[in-house]
Amino acid sequence: MDKPFAITLDVGSSLANKTGSWRTLRPVYLDRLPPCNHACPAGENIQSWLYHAESGDYAAAWRTLTLDNPLPAVMGRVCYHPCETACNRGQLDEAVGINSVERFLGDQALKRGWKFAPPPAESGKRVLVVGAGPSGLSAAYHLRRLGHRVKIIEAGPLAGGMMRFGIPKYRLPREVLDAEIKRILDLGVELELKRKVTDILATMREGSFDAAFLAVGAHIAKRAYIPAGSAARMLDAVSVLRSMEGDEKPLLGRRVVVYGGGNTALDVARTAKRLGASESIIVYRRTRERMPAHDFEVEEALQEGVLIKWLSTIKNMADEGTLTVEKMQLDEKGFPQPTGEFETLEADSLVLALGQDVDLSLLDKVPGLIIEDGVVKVGPNMMTGYPGLFAGGDMVPSERTVTVGIGHGKKAARHIDAWLSGKTYAPPPKHEVAEYDKLNTWYYADASKTVRPTLSLARRTSTFEEVVKGLDETNALFEARRCLSCGNCFECDNCYGVCPDNAVIKLGPGKRFEFNYDFCKGCGLCVSECPCGAIKMIPETI
Amino acid sequence: MEMQPIKFYQTATFTVGNRLLGEHERSVQANMRRTNSLNSGHRACQGCGEALGARYAIDAAMRASDSQLAAVNATGCLEVFSTPYPETSWQIPWIHSLFGNAAAVASGVAAAMRVKGQEDVRVIAQGGDGGTTDIGFGCLSGMFERNDDVLYICYDNEAYMNTGVQRSSATPPAARTATTAAVGTAPGNVFGTGKNVPLIAMAHCIPYVATASVANLRDLEFKVTKAMPIRGSRYIHIHVPCPLGWGSAPADTIKVARLAVESGLFPLFEAEHGEFVNSTKIRRKVPVDEYLSLQKRFAHLFAKPVDSTRIALIQAIADHNVKRFELLG
Amino acid sequence: MLKQTEGSHAVAEAIARCRPEVICAYPITPQTHIVEGLGEMVKTNELANCEFINVESEFAAMSVAIGASAAGARTYTATASQGLLFMAEAVYNAAGLGLPIVMTIGNRAIGAPINIWNDHSDSMSMRDAGWIQLYAETNQEALDLHIQAFRLAEELSCPVMVCVDGFILTHAYDRVDVPEQEQVDAYLPPFVPRQALDPAQPVSIGAMVGPEAFMEVRYLAHHKQLRALGLIPQLSDEFKRHFGRSSGGLLRTYRTEDADTIVVALGSVNGTIQEVVDEMRAEGSRIGSVSICSFRPFPLDAAREALGRAKRVVVIEKSLAVGLGGHLSDGVRKSLSGIVLNGYTVIAGLGGRPITRNSLHQLFRDAEQDELEQVTFLDLNADLVAYELAREAQARTTGPTAEAILRRVGTVASQIA
Repeated sequence: MDKPFAITLDVGSSLANKTGSWRTLRPVYLDRLPPCNHACPAGENIQSWLYHAESGDYAAAWRTLTLDNPLPAVMGRVCYHPCETACNRGQLDEAVGINSVERFLGDQALKRGWKFAPPPAESGKRVLVVGAGPSGLSAAYHLRRLGHRVKIIEAGPLAGGMMRFGIPKYRLPREVLDAEIKRILDLGVELELKRKVTDILATMREGSFDAAFLAVGAHIAKRAYIPAGSAARMLDAVSVLRSMEGDEKPLLGRRVVVYGGGNTALDVARTAKRLGASESIIVYRRTRERMPAHDFEVEEALQEGVLIKWLSTIKNMADEGTLTVEKMQLDEKGFPQPTGEFETLEADSLVLALGQDVDLSLLDKVPGLIIEDGVVKVGPNMMTGYPGLFAGGDMVPSERTVTVGIGHGKKAARHIDAWLSGKTYAPPPKHEVAEYDKLNTWYYADASKTVRPTLSLARRTSTFEEVVKGLDETNALFEARRCLSCGNCFECDNCYGVCPDNAVIKLGPGKRFEFNYDFCKGCGLCVSECPCGAIKMIPETI
Repeated sequence: MEMQPIKFYQTATFTVGNRLLGEHERSVQANMRRTNSLNSGHRACQGCGEALGARYAIDAAMRASDSQLAAVNATGCLEVFSTPYPETSWQIPWIHSLFGNAAAVASGVAAAMRVKGQEDVRVIAQGGDGGTTDIGFGCLSGMFERNDDVLYICYDNEAYMNTGVQRSSATPPAARTATTAAVGTAPGNVFGTGKNVPLIAMAHCIPYVATASVANLRDLEFKVTKAMPIRGSRYIHIHVPCPLGWGSAPADTIKVARLAVESGLFPLFEAEHGEFVNSTKIRRKVPVDEYLSLQKRFAHLFAKPVDSTRIALIQAIADHNVKRFELLG
Repeated sequence: MLKQTEGSHAVAEAIARCRPEVICAYPITPQTHIVEGLGEMVKTNELANCEFINVESEFAAMSVAIGASAAGARTYTATASQGLLFMAEAVYNAAGLGLPIVMTIGNRAIGAPINIWNDHSDSMSMRDAGWIQLYAETNQEALDLHIQAFRLAEELSCPVMVCVDGFILTHAYDRVDVPEQEQVDAYLPPFVPRQALDPAQPVSIGAMVGPEAFMEVRYLAHHKQLRALGLIPQLSDEFKRHFGRSSGGLLRTYRTEDADTIVVALGSVNGTIQEVVDEMRAEGSRIGSVSICSFRPFPLDAAREALGRAKRVVVIEKSLAVGLGGHLSDGVRKSLSGIVLNGYTVIAGLGGRPITRNSLHQLFRDAEQDELEQVTFLDLNADLVAYELAREAQARTTGPTAEAILRRVGTVASQIA
């Protein structure tokens, strides 16, 4: 073609005009910290494993999940999911059912027999773990994956800690627990049961351990001063729940009163129902809003017929099982104050669920420790005042949940690993949190949460069958796909499509995008239309 | 035929792409091999809605016609920012003649293709609202009347933007432009004036008429893709915000376009042979205030005291659209 | 083949032989018979492989032509007077884009006041648009020029306007030789566009050119017209070889070799002029005439050669440069730069006023005596003008001039001499 001068132009000639020089702000891709990751006490990379689950790659999702937490099937049943509370989707319609998906993945792994990858190399170091509860098991798992030889010494007859002896079967079937514990042990972790450590330093020397992680938990029931007749049947929740594991079930009678407002109180009350109590009553000194127990458990308990007496304290218990109860009222500061009004309550047994203390006797001979409020203080590296002695779980100051314990185990393992080679572990700095206002939620399809099917009421109260069923594959997938992927690019192509200057380069599936700064004019449309807030504008340097 | 929205896949069909969908279920824009008919290096303002709309429409048309396409452009922003000697951003065969004759030139191109036995080469005429609703109106009507085989695309940014934001017959009521200043007893553009070219196009009973918006890419691509194989005159009217002329933030272009649709002020619909056949429903209806308050060209409505009378009149227009085009439900 | 046919129809047949691919038509007197003829030929398939489009205005007509030509089709349209003005923007555009469109102008006066009869005001209004302008003297030349026009346009990539006096040529029945298809095919090869809209080779046509390159673009357009000065005679010679007759070229001289007085004109009036020249030669005057065919590009050298030795030049203009005089005179004057002779501009035939042999005879006699004004209006009714000027001087609100004159003149029929 003989193009007339200036009137007719060749294609591609505009690429000589680098409109990037117009910018005063430039967009940059960044990863922000999803609030779920941020909230998870176990530090799970939730958004990351949901990303894999979304495309149906459950094995990859499980592997990502278990990089942080070895017990997903358990956690999917017992975790209180602070991730869901923090989930940004909760501000859109309802939080993503992260817990349900975790349970689904955990169950899939058990069903398909997925195993953990063995450690790449042996370090030659030996680490002792005291206590085979969630914290100890987690620490053992992580230490083993880092290549250390681990031995767990557990005082009880079975591993599991509170998971076995505190959480009832109807919440956590024992087959699931056993399978996940076994999978950890299969990595090559030694376990010695029925041995209580009384002198930790001695035990360490005997076994030539280079470091130790203590996770003995809090198994001593707290007491309150309640005058009782000698024949009054007053028990503590810890021993009641523990005894559920054995063949002899506790005899609580037909009318059971549980004193306390935590999850343990509820566990006991619901257990009592299943054991055949016709009346299972919780007495709690404050109101429902102030009850430390999780509300969904309260709801389930109420559905099952557990009664709750709010704003009440127990003054004494007579031989025949009559309890004297004083009514309370909350003052302006929210503290319960006695009203001077009394009533009576008949009970065959009273179970005290007033909290738990730690058995610290194994630390008696250890110098340099700081013990306050009945728990051992540890540094940010989970180490106690004694070098090489680390601790976690319910025995250190913390919120007492299984998830927190698991998180402690992982954290401690990393620090122990560093300490063993004379280094310190410095966790990488966290990205800024992906707040809700950074998202463009228009782009997410309307989808409310899948409700997990629950066992019918009649069946629930008569058996110890698992109450809350899991999700099947279609609704687990659905649930995973409700994730907004806060702060992390999930390749929706919006930036690539929305740039008027064609200044976004698509690198290919799995490779995300790059800005073509030669042509980007800095308009900011990409930032506005990124659904998950994975782009931000920064001032251009002149 | 209606566009089938994909059932829930996280972002479904709201986003440009979706890694969970097959490639054929994603938009043309998501494709790494999209034509980029309007390539980088053009001189549009930051955040220009028209640049976006043009690439969306022409890329979809290129895919639909297997890249056998020629485009005729009227004088205006799109033409000026895309072809200043020595640079052109167009990757396709393209001609610019005059302001008011895009439709006629396109008719000529289509006739030539026919006579040369190259009917598979399809013709698109494109222009802004000025070049379409005003100065190009005669040629547009002539093209429709003859049912010439041209797809005419109007990029409506509601004023003569290229010459400095003067009022056109597409300027909405109350809008400030350089020739309808926001002063006096009736600030901004006069109520009761204006031309609805999509409806006029329908009156010509041409095979296909549709309105679209840059805020709804899938809908826009669907309509272009549907229009392309039809023989005869087709008209697509695309709403494109102009950050400069509307006084909105460049980063808000799509948001503003979305609000125009969601408020009912810019209805999305299709018509065939003069009969209305379908509308794209509003997803989350909003009052017109949300749309108007983002644009400085309507700022005088919100200066104290708020001009609730005029805002109510605008709301009435939106409500009327919702009813007439069945935009809810 | 010899035919006795209407001028318009002959032109239509010639166009048809040129195998146009797209014809767009909007009716305006006096060209309409041309496109009507072509339309019918397309419908009967006598003219095959041609798209005939009824457009909605002349602006659309030229625009459709631009599109068709840019897409590589041989394109034709026709207009006159008001229509040419209405498409003015597009006329410039076609030349600027270098599209080889051929257009017939059925020369007609421009209003107001509205007038459908012949003069050259319309084509004169577009003389600087960048089109080549050829003026036909006879019906034969009218049809011949169109064949040459396509060839010329396509070789240069420049549009060509063929000007044919309205009614005088368009509506006159005359004997013409309509060429055979094979003859035309031998002379006019298929159109190979210099540039085209082609998906296989995409380009952007019609860029915005700023100060940095605009002068050069315009110079190149100027240069193209200068090249046409060489090409036009060449194609005319070739035409003679193929078709056996002289037609076109830059200009034709008639009995100018020893002439003291030379008359210059465009178009059909040359026929009358030549008859008067013969009459006056018989009476002993040394007089001749030059018929200019190519008005754009203006044949400066050829005109200088033809006119340079005369004592006086009389330019008959069928158009008026209001307040100044004539258009043709400008070119003639320029061609005689440096040569001293008397030049007279005569405005004649405006709005179809007949130019009679008697009037011309008298005029040329006066010219020979150098008793002409610089600018003369031939056969002007001085009384009528004086009356009207007096009437207007009396009051401000005197009403429309044209109507007042008509009232005074009386019926048209009574005016035919």
